Amino acid sequence: MEYSVEVINLSKSYGKKDAVRGIDFKIKENEIIGLLGPNGCGKTTTIGMLLGLLKPSTGQININGMKIEKNRIEILQKINFISPYIELPKKLTVKQNLLVYGKLYSVKNLNNRIEYLTNKLRLEELLNKITGELSSGQKNRVSLAKALINDPDVLFLDEPTASLDPEIGDFVRTFLENYKREKKISVLLASHNMNEVTRLCASVLMMKDGVIIDKGKPKELIAKHGRQNLEEVFLKLTRSKNEI
Amino acid sequence: MKFNRIYGLFLRHFFLITRSFPRVLDLIYWPSIQITLWGFISNFFASHSTYYNNAVGVILTCAILYDFLFRTSIGFNMLFLEEIWSRNFTNLFISPIKISEIIISLVFTALVRALIGLIPAILLTSPLFGISLLDLGIYLFFLFLSLYIFGITLGIFVSSGLLRFGPSFENIAWSTMFLLAPFGCIYYPVEILPEFFQKIAYSLPLVYIFEEARNILINQSVDFQNIIKAFYLNIIYLIIAISLFYYSFEKARKKGTLINIGE
Repeated sequence: MEYSVEVINLSKSYGKKDAVRGIDFKIKENEIIGLLGPNGCGKTTTIGMLLGLLKPSTGQININGMKIEKNRIEILQKINFISPYIELPKKLTVKQNLLVYGKLYSVKNLNNRIEYLTNKLRLEELLNKITGELSSGQKNRVSLAKALINDPDVLFLDEPTASLDPEIGDFVRTFLENYKREKKISVLLASHNMNEVTRLCASVLMMKDGVIIDKGKPKELIAKHGRQNLEEVFLKLTRSKNEI
Repeated sequence: MKFNRIYGLFLRHFFLITRSFPRVLDLIYWPSIQITLWGFISNFFASHSTYYNNAVGVILTCAILYDFLFRTSIGFNMLFLEEIWSRNFTNLFISPIKISEIIISLVFTALVRALIGLIPAILLTSPLFGISLLDLGIYLFFLFLSLYIFGITLGIFVSSGLLRFGPSFENIAWSTMFLLAPFGCIYYPVEILPEFFQKIAYSLPLVYIFEEARNILINQSVDFQNIIKAFYLNIIYLIIAISLFYYSFEKARKKGTLINIGE
């Protein structure tokens, strides 16, 4: 299977308001695609549909060759998500949270999986701590461990390094690069950090007002729009009145 | 259906309860206060009322039965609200757990929560008031089972509202039981109600359960019709509640509530 994720003519409307309008894109195995756009452009709605939390108004989503509307549970078994806007139960310890989610995803050899992620994400000293008492950086690593507990084929990341200091942010980015290379997973990364997107993403989708207004490799987009970096491209595209 | 996923969600709430002594205390505290209060009221009525003077523990027994119903229903809602308050809702609904597995897990967890609160309170009644729920005999099991099913049913109804409308539905979650209590005829016979209210009462399983509890304790006889009618109505309401929960889930997916609810 060449593409892990296929999005075909996807739209979502709330009454008369179109949140997403006829978008198409694909993500290959072992590829990170960036999803950029200003707040309210439809990124979260798109991710919500990819996660099965939202029912598309029209269009189709295939993950691992299966339609999400018909195979939601099977697909959820092989995907996962991380966002700073959702949290793990605060009163549980880190290990308890990983145990709970390991059970919810029916992970085989769960203790081995937790040990593996603990080593990879430097969680040894955090396992018995209360999740709600951790720092942002620590919580972020725990959320990442939860997102990888089921050894996903596809990972959806919504601003995974928001509010992290540069050191932790770099650790997370390096981890994601290595993990993707090792496991050959597909990743959709929604981020406002243009350096992060430039570093991690093979290709970028630029969204505005619910549509994809441009796409391509970060360097190609920079060259195409005659700008110095991706941030300038982002500003040019999002400030322009007419679609490009 | 996978046991692992049902167990996983149960484990999440089990860890939450067992980690926190104040939470356990909170579960025990209110039923104990409630039952102590009704114990004294029961004693007073038993000595000042011709209706109750043959059965000292009628009011208290009904108070315990009502509290079990209340704890089961609120327990189910609390489990659901807990996911919203902890902003864990999205994580739960992007895991591969099925709606049926969520319901089964919460049904079981709500029972555990209710029993943690109620068992100490029930144990109090014997030394304090000389009353034992076991006076209801084997029928106690049927009455409890019926109340448990109705409590869960109410919990599923309210959780459907939470799914569909989000946290703004929270206040309804707390008030449902108070709304139904007058029609349940917990402490008085159904004949006390005005005729129109009686019709409403007879459409609920509660009235059959509490009428039967009083019948057993006061008349020392059993009317199986009441027990059967209660079960019959329970099954109908449970099927409606589960269907509504599925419907609300699909509506929430259309409206986007599942994305916004935990944020």
